Amino acid sequence: MQTPENLRYTASHEWVSEPVDGVVTIGITDYAQDQLGDVVYVELPDVGAELASGDPVAVVESVKTASDIYAPVSGVVQAVNEALHDAPEAINDGPYEGGWLFRLRLHDAAEPGSLLDAAGYQRAVEKEG
Amino acid sequence: MPYLPHTEEDVRRALDTIGVDSIDALFDELPAALRNPDIDIPPAMDETALLAHLRGLAAQDRAQGPDFLGGGMRRHFIPAVTPHLALQSEFVTAYTPYQPEVAQGILQATFEYQTMMSELTGLDVSNASMYDGATATAEAALLAVRQTRRERVLVSRGVHPETRAVLGTYLEALDIRIDTLDLEMLSTPVPSVDADVACVIVQQPNFLGSLEAMGALTNAAHAAGALLVAVVDPFSLALVKPPGAYGADIAVGDGQTLGNPTAYGGPSFGFMVVESGLLRQLPGRLVGQTVDVDGRRAFVLTLQAREQHIRRSKAKSNICSNHQLTALMAAVNLAALGPQGLREAAVGSVRQAHRLADRLLAAGAGIERSVPFFNEFTLRTRRPGHEVRSALAGRGVHAGVPVGSEYGLGNAVVLAATELVREGDIDALVGALEDVGELAGHGVSHD
Amino acid sequence: MTDVPARDFPLLFERSRPGRRAARPPTVDGPDLASLLGEDQLREVPPRLPEVSELDLVRHFTQLAHRQFSIDGNVYPLGSCTMKYNPKVHEEAARLFQDLHPNQAPETAQGTLRLLFELQRDLGALTGMDAVSLQPAAGAHGELTGILMIRAYHRARGEGDRRSVVLVPDGAHGTNPATAAMAGYRVVEVASDARGEVDLAAFTAALGPEVAAVMLTNPNTVGVFETRILEIARRAHEAGAQLYYDGANLNAIVGRVRPGDMGFDVVHLNLHKTFTTPHGGGGPGTGPVGVKAHLAEYLPVPLVVEGNDGFRLSEDLPSSIGRMRSFVGNVGNLIRAYAYIRTLGLEGLRRVSGHAVLNANYLRVRMQQAGYSIPYDRHNMHEFVAQPPEGVHTLDVAKALLDYGMHPMTVYFPLIVKEAMMVEPTETESLETLDAYADALGEILRRAAEDDGYLAGAPYTTPVRRLDEVRAARQPVLRHAFEEGPGSAE
Repeated sequence: MQTPENLRYTASHEWVSEPVDGVVTIGITDYAQDQLGDVVYVELPDVGAELASGDPVAVVESVKTASDIYAPVSGVVQAVNEALHDAPEAINDGPYEGGWLFRLRLHDAAEPGSLLDAAGYQRAVEKEG
Repeated sequence: MPYLPHTEEDVRRALDTIGVDSIDALFDELPAALRNPDIDIPPAMDETALLAHLRGLAAQDRAQGPDFLGGGMRRHFIPAVTPHLALQSEFVTAYTPYQPEVAQGILQATFEYQTMMSELTGLDVSNASMYDGATATAEAALLAVRQTRRERVLVSRGVHPETRAVLGTYLEALDIRIDTLDLEMLSTPVPSVDADVACVIVQQPNFLGSLEAMGALTNAAHAAGALLVAVVDPFSLALVKPPGAYGADIAVGDGQTLGNPTAYGGPSFGFMVVESGLLRQLPGRLVGQTVDVDGRRAFVLTLQAREQHIRRSKAKSNICSNHQLTALMAAVNLAALGPQGLREAAVGSVRQAHRLADRLLAAGAGIERSVPFFNEFTLRTRRPGHEVRSALAGRGVHAGVPVGSEYGLGNAVVLAATELVREGDIDALVGALEDVGELAGHGVSHD
Repeated sequence: MTDVPARDFPLLFERSRPGRRAARPPTVDGPDLASLLGEDQLREVPPRLPEVSELDLVRHFTQLAHRQFSIDGNVYPLGSCTMKYNPKVHEEAARLFQDLHPNQAPETAQGTLRLLFELQRDLGALTGMDAVSLQPAAGAHGELTGILMIRAYHRARGEGDRRSVVLVPDGAHGTNPATAAMAGYRVVEVASDARGEVDLAAFTAALGPEVAAVMLTNPNTVGVFETRILEIARRAHEAGAQLYYDGANLNAIVGRVRPGDMGFDVVHLNLHKTFTTPHGGGGPGTGPVGVKAHLAEYLPVPLVVEGNDGFRLSEDLPSSIGRMRSFVGNVGNLIRAYAYIRTLGLEGLRRVSGHAVLNANYLRVRMQQAGYSIPYDRHNMHEFVAQPPEGVHTLDVAKALLDYGMHPMTVYFPLIVKEAMMVEPTETESLETLDAYADALGEILRRAAEDDGYLAGAPYTTPVRRLDEVRAARQPVLRHAFEEGPGSAE
């Protein structure tokens, strides 16, 4: 399982990029996409939506399951990955690249720092499996 | 004991394999206080006695006789080939097609059904069926609420009273407000729709039989950002403009008139067809087309993440079982009639209904003719509708669905006529109405 | 690997030819439509329905029937579905009543109304409940009816807003939480213990003044009886909650134990399971509800009542939750269930549950002998949960069974067991059939051990083989497109 060092993670398998001008990119991890299987559909939030940490924000569907994705940090949705409408498999092929879900303007620039780092996430995954 | 194959020897062998002395031993874990209560139900009957008993009950019904009943169901022409094919035991005794490799029969028939419903309604995507027209209408309102995130629904009083009652039951639980649009001249006036309305629900033809101005009503809904839910009689779609042609977002209704027996009200089935943008919100099962590993075309239940067995409390509906077999019968019947046969039956039904109305008008009946009707219309009566119905039944004629006082028409009944009506039947109804004093000296209304 | 040519089975639309037709309705002369309906109301584009001859129609649907497993053709031990034999005399029974119109004057429907009245009474007797409605059209519909009645009950006592939660076990069928959500409730799951029953401590901790209802199945979804049900009921009632019985598994106890005696306040039955009304490829089912006296005033209308003048439908119930559907119910299927109860009587129904439990335990032992493990080491009731050996996937075993002409058990439910196989043979299967099923399951494991690719490639001999379900979901094609050929995307 790939777990890039430069990202932050949650125990519920979301990743958060380093902030660029106060905006972070968010997606699901390689472990998560592998567990889900082939992604067939993604429900994304509206641009401009106000999110508190822990709010349900997206749904990622495979043939047999639907996974709720929760906002790992608080902020306002700046952009969503429109390409996923026609090619949801981008989440399987590149969960950290082409499979990004949405971008968020942070309310609190320090908030991602309180999430798990790569090593912490890997430990959490081992405990789960 | 019927249907149970085990002999005493079978039971002994099974008990030995399991390692217990008796069947009762397998129930030992159950609290003793609960076991084997006295239950008072009638004693067992063999097949001969059962059929005699049931025939005795059926003899206390009276289904025969001239029939002019509508109000949600009608007896139309169903050729013998329809039940012969639809009730083959492989369809009747099959389960939901979760293992598609061995369920291509049901799956392909359902895909064909979905296609036919899309063609009839002029909308893009049909689900595999729902319980009935009333619950399908309630589910359509819930869909509109989810889609628009608004909490109010406008429904015309022209929608069948039972449908509106079910709508009320479903929506009350979620605190969604329902406002009812009163009719004017037996049809729905174009309302002004507020920005908090999720959908406007109109029936075509409506409960009183009138054909509504669906285009204008749809525009009024859309101007406010609300959806238009058309509750349609699918049989009428052989001739009448379909929901897709006037821009409706959702078409629902009851499928009985497409080719199921009336069976005292059920089972029938509900249908729901939506424009493609609403696909993700559509409740119920959906059959889709794909290929197998060898490249053969095949059909499978798809987009299941909308449904309860995956999404649980976040599902679009709690619906699990649908009404597959009755929907399949409708599809078989539509194919048996074909577009020409369906059109002929519908034309016949319309003509008989208008012939009946003309005969009644000539005999002095109170029928409003300024609004066009399809194959059902409203007759003002002297006595309350259910009394008229009983009086006619006493003369061997089935007619007169009572119209409630909510319509402000005084006493009235709805009459229907189908292509199965024969000339002698109309004579019988007119004669019976005269006999019971409903036509004598009754002025023609000019409302 | 397959001998069968990869040919597409034609769609009805592909058999169509312009101008062909089958049945002919009576034709009626008269004025043209525009004069009767108005030109603006007329349809401009006719629907593209199939145009086939009667023989082509018959061939199409007869051949489709041959591409379909069914109880009549194949053993079908789906857990919690109760796929028992559907008696053919029931079809004759339903036909006797099929032409009755629901809007006929009630005086002309006295036979049917009497039958429905007696069925209400008999279902009440079998479940130990005081009043019954035959309205709901399916189990899930019965669930919604029951939960709405519970909601009305709490609101009438001024506790509607406070009681906002429904408890369900973690093994619950998906309809339970979906139903609760449709009634405006939040769902909280309660854990099961190592024996497969509701964890009593977790249950008690979850009970509180915010709980409106507890939804349980008994026997539960892993096929074991909730032996502490009387205590569960006592604690729930003490906390002011109502107890709801999901009747999906009634076949294990019909005639022997009544949910009313267990302490349940509301019950729904699945007539298409326990009372053998046919499944029809996905429905119609029927889900009547029974209630204890304190909830009777909330039953949906209409009720079938008996008066001096005979039987009629009554809407005279001021506190009713209202209507749940049009007309009175799925009468065609209610008649079938009535015929079944009259055929068997109490002794017969007791034997049904006895043999259902006998057959399930027998098949459990035979499957253990064939190499499958049973996570709950105790006698089960009418169904049981099994797992394939480590490294073998349930899905693959299910697909391999198809080549033996046998329908698989329920797979991947309940969610709390990994690689779950839930098996319910029912009482109408002979021991030879159960032996053949277990033998096939054993042979599948042996073949899998000998041949690496065997399982993943199964099935081999069915009309179609494994499908690309990902493609079906990513590129939904949900109707035939007439302009282009088959296989094109919408």
